[in-house]
Amino acid sequence: MERSGSAAGAAAQSLCDLLEAAARRHGERVAVVAPDGSSLTYAELEARAAAIAGFLRARGVQPGDRVGFCLPKGTASVAVLFGAMKARAAYVPVDWHGPAARNATIHRAADVAALFLGEARADVLREWPSDALPKTLVRVPMGRTGSAGAHATVVHPFPDGAQEFEAALRHAPLAPDGAGPRRRDDLAYLLFTSGSTGVPKGVALTQENALSFVDWGSEVFAPTCDDRFSSHAPFHFDLSVFDLFVALKHGATLFLIGEELGKEPKGLARFIAEKRLTIWYSTPSALALLAEFGNLPALDLSALRHVLFAGEVFPVKTLRRLTELLPAPAYWNLYGPTETNVCTFARIPLPIAADRTEPFPIGPLCSHCEGLLLDDAGAPVAAGEEGRLHIAGPALFRGYFGRQDLDAKCFHERDGKRWYDTGDVVREEPGLGFRYLGRRDRMVKRRGYRIELGEVEAALQRHPELREAAVVALPDPAAGVRIDAHLAPVGAPLSLIALKRYCAEQLPAAMSPDRFHFHAALPRTSTAKVDYPALLRASAAASP
Amino acid sequence: MDDIAEELRRFLLAEFLPGESAANLRDDTPLRTGGILDSVSTLKLVSFVEQRFAIEVEAHEAGVEHFDRIADIAALIRRKQGR
Repeated sequence: MERSGSAAGAAAQSLCDLLEAAARRHGERVAVVAPDGSSLTYAELEARAAAIAGFLRARGVQPGDRVGFCLPKGTASVAVLFGAMKARAAYVPVDWHGPAARNATIHRAADVAALFLGEARADVLREWPSDALPKTLVRVPMGRTGSAGAHATVVHPFPDGAQEFEAALRHAPLAPDGAGPRRRDDLAYLLFTSGSTGVPKGVALTQENALSFVDWGSEVFAPTCDDRFSSHAPFHFDLSVFDLFVALKHGATLFLIGEELGKEPKGLARFIAEKRLTIWYSTPSALALLAEFGNLPALDLSALRHVLFAGEVFPVKTLRRLTELLPAPAYWNLYGPTETNVCTFARIPLPIAADRTEPFPIGPLCSHCEGLLLDDAGAPVAAGEEGRLHIAGPALFRGYFGRQDLDAKCFHERDGKRWYDTGDVVREEPGLGFRYLGRRDRMVKRRGYRIELGEVEAALQRHPELREAAVVALPDPAAGVRIDAHLAPVGAPLSLIALKRYCAEQLPAAMSPDRFHFHAALPRTSTAKVDYPALLRASAAASP
Repeated sequence: MDDIAEELRRFLLAEFLPGESAANLRDDTPLRTGGILDSVSTLKLVSFVEQRFAIEVEAHEAGVEHFDRIADIAALIRRKQGR
């Protein structure tokens, strides 16, 4: 199972080993540049992570514990996630801009022993029972972490007994083996994704999972210490695993992009040019905005050598436009659920023919993944037939944290191996790898985010003025996927503004419905189930 | 009556809130933190503001702290126009 790689990679037991090795080789080089322009060298980042690890151990954090953080992109969040792993705990990031109730639900489900909270998001604490707060609560001042964004004016008091981030940073460092020997099967991080019943589920990933992926990325993209990586994805999104750990393994410089700049294509394009970024990784949505609004022809982006995208299908028309504006870099389509991270990949052949409309295949398996196509009865399909893609190998996650009921549904034993059912229906095409065809369940991808329509429904069904709620997803020429909510209110139809605000309080932005349709009662099938085909027809008929 | 605010309100209602009553979209209704505008619709609003009022909106001016309410956006436009 151990694959060849660089000497450091093969010997590594933990992502922390990669940072420590880089700090020895490249101590004075800049590791991380934050959105506010502040930066840390490898030696500084390593020292901060060691101090945070020492602090966590002194507070009683044990190997296998979880350490949560709710912080904007910044040097503090990078130091915290390495500090947690140095204490052999798993880090649990949440969306800084996400609803407080959802963030608290995630950190409670992860049963975090410590929580690092940006002071502007102390409203999260209202969602915790006061007698069940994490044992260690650390207040991180905003000066350290960058923009408070929309939360600038919302500051609530921290409870007595909260720790100060400065004190954690000044703590005596954890001795290298102070938490016991590191193991590849230690939990590294929990990434929560949308759950079909309304409760997010925590994908538990080990050091082995992360290291096998980092080795693969190192092999394919051959980064060096002269590379300058983008970090566009937030840390609760699995694209960040590539940015953080592939960059830092090689002594490269990682440029953290805050959420505000990440959504502002003109400024973002200028940032890529000014920082002379060499490796870019994001969702197709972000690249589409750059192509459309980034004013790319006016800029010098000649340093870019690799452009990677993942998380959703890239509409060919937009990809062609981008590659015409920026023809020099190599373009890579990466595919994989959070449960395996990237498991197939393909380089996009350029130029893209003007009459092509068919999306590109997701490509062959990565070198550290094994794949199998099974039909709905669990039998292998014949060559060229469609089937559900199953993945095995060192990339495969441990399970859903605290949810063995979900594990039972997605893992299958076969030929002495554990296989994960991605739920994605694909077909293998000779010489091209796999072609993604769709899904049979109610999960959709939008702006790279996985969305269980059931979670959106559950949020709407909690609204006191709604009697019934159902949502459907349909293709949208501009956004890729559109989400329509069909609602039966208790009384008069609700104000659109009030509904949108309610959704913003309950759901991440990417999950909020685009349109709302009101019904006296939702259409039902003869077996009294919500008639989704009828709702889809109603949505399509209401399209402009 | 504030003409700029009214024009912004008409644009927002027509583009992003079809069927909503104008009375519900107040000068202090949070647009982005209130879920009315997402990242793409914010870009459309910025483009509209730049073209209609012949100004250029800098990235830091379009941040959510300064660009979340009709009142703030109208004030920004007036400041840019030197009125």
